[in-house]
Amino acid sequence: MGFFRQCIASYTLMLKECHRIVRIWSQSLIPPAITTSMYFIVFGNLLGDKIQLGNDVSYIQFMTPGLIMLSIISNSYVNVCSSFFSAKFQKSIEELMVASINNVAIIIGYVGGGLFRGLATGTVVCIIGMLFTEITIHSWAMVFAFAILTSIVFSLAGFTNAIFAKKFDDIAIVPTFVLTPLIYLGGVFHSVSSLPQHWQSLSMANPIYYVVNGLRYGFLGISEVNILASFAALVVCVMLLMGVNIYLLRKGVGIRS
Amino acid sequence: MDNNFAKTCPALKIENLTKVYKSGIRAIDNISFEVAQGSFFALLGQNGAGKSTTIGIITSLVNKTSGKVSVFGYDLDQHRTKIKQMIGVVPQEFNFGTFEKTGDIVRNQAGFFGLPPRVAEAKAKETLQRLKLWYRAEHVSRSLSGGMKRRLMLAKSLVNSPKLLILDEPSAGADVEIRYQIWELLGELSASGTTIILTTHYLEEVEKLCDHVAIINAGKIVENTSLQNLLSRLNEQTFLLTIEPSDVLPTVDSDKYTVQRLNEQTLEINISDIGLLGGALQELGQKGYKIKNITNKTNRVEQLYLSITRS
Ligand SMILES: Nc1ncnc2c1ncn2[C@@H]1O[C@H](COP(=O)(O)OP(=O)(O)OP(=O)(O)O)[C@@H](O)[C@H]1O
Ligand SMILES: [Mg+2]
Repeated sequence: MGFFRQCIASYTLMLKECHRIVRIWSQSLIPPAITTSMYFIVFGNLLGDKIQLGNDVSYIQFMTPGLIMLSIISNSYVNVCSSFFSAKFQKSIEELMVASINNVAIIIGYVGGGLFRGLATGTVVCIIGMLFTEITIHSWAMVFAFAILTSIVFSLAGFTNAIFAKKFDDIAIVPTFVLTPLIYLGGVFHSVSSLPQHWQSLSMANPIYYVVNGLRYGFLGISEVNILASFAALVVCVMLLMGVNIYLLRKGVGIRS
Repeated sequence: MDNNFAKTCPALKIENLTKVYKSGIRAIDNISFEVAQGSFFALLGQNGAGKSTTIGIITSLVNKTSGKVSVFGYDLDQHRTKIKQMIGVVPQEFNFGTFEKTGDIVRNQAGFFGLPPRVAEAKAKETLQRLKLWYRAEHVSRSLSGGMKRRLMLAKSLVNSPKLLILDEPSAGADVEIRYQIWELLGELSASGTTIILTTHYLEEVEKLCDHVAIINAGKIVENTSLQNLLSRLNEQTFLLTIEPSDVLPTVDSDKYTVQRLNEQTLEINISDIGLLGGALQELGQKGYKIKNITNKTNRVEQLYLSITRS
């Protein structure tokens, strides 16, 4: 099957994934809207004025890109992970396995779904943010580059998780015990440079710290890390995870006994 | 591939295929067989014999442990995508999303084979109409009855117009009417040149549709022959005779057949060779039995099947 046919197959899968997200909108798009509204109300409105960052950016402005990133990361990951795992669970994965769609097209199809949900919820959060504060864009290119690349990376990671998952618990472990702590310690709500030295060094090892700063740079033009290095790291992650997933699918790990 | 070879090579060739699952179960053990192009091939065997495992390997759902599989001359390890394009499969268990609409399921399946949206749409409509399921296209698959779900599985398997169709118990759960419709459809597909491999526990289906039978038992092929050949080996048959009731009738004694009176109106006659039936009936008539009706008691293939798998 030629390249063009593979594109169609991948597009079919992507569209199916997007339909699914829209169909379950009350689970996919509403919860992030509610959670972030709460953050904006509590941290932005009620406490925000008491927090000084030491530059002319208000706390709520500082927090907004972080919240958008939080939403992109968790939704991209969870979407691909749960969708691929359900396909395994319901055996509808066999529809792909017997068809001539190839592994790369399968991965791209699922990642397309993750990207759609990640960006959709990111946009929802951004719109809610606009109700609470003025949102400025320093660089559209950086906003899109970081939002899209981060969403792709975490979609791919969710895919890997789903390949290994054998029961429903297995798709909740990483988001609960790994992603959530990393996101909250990744500078969404605080400036890492205000932390004591050993906490600062620890934060440097947290990959989410870099993407949050990347997006923050896109919005506000301020960053605590090297933007280009973060960007390059994201690109490397995409290629690495893509390679891992292709390898796992080819071996049939978790799908072919 | 050489044009002549493409025309004459088997649709499926399996050589020394073995599957040992991680649990240690040897589901199939060094089996080899061929399915000729255009054949309607029955793969029979008891529960757990290894039929689904064999089908799983051919259709890329199961990894083989060792051996070789070729489809229309293409080696599965080297030409997996090409082979997938030529195969349609109905796995034993339902494998569609329960929250998806019937029409979407078939349309997407066509898309996964690279059919552009418009073509996929038309193909989905055509196959669903063929399976009398088009009127349910907008309904979620969960809301279909068991027999409808089977037909949905069949519809999915046909979207890529397969040259080799593999059916793992396609008529399980279908009512008599639907089963006849499925048989009719399979007959049409076979007549138009599609090679079909069928597993089933309804041996009537085999007798009606298939031209070749392989029986697999505990992971090994124990029989592989044409249906005709198989049937010709089975001469012994049992018939039920309906007679007019009468009080005293002489017992029948013959070394060519045995007669047993089941009730006032029914005799069971077991005959060692079908060619002797006429003579036997004549003898019974001479002894005063008035025969009103005669029916074949057992499914012949079923009997033979049991004798093969039990031995
Ligand atoms: N995924 C699996 N993991 C481990 N063992 C398996 C798996 N699938 C099948 N088996 C085992 O392999 C053997 C053959 O099973 P298979 O499903 O091929 O039989 P079958 O002939 O299709 O039977 P049935 O008529 O019941 O469908 C059985 O002992 C079964 O328990
Ligand atoms: Mg089976």
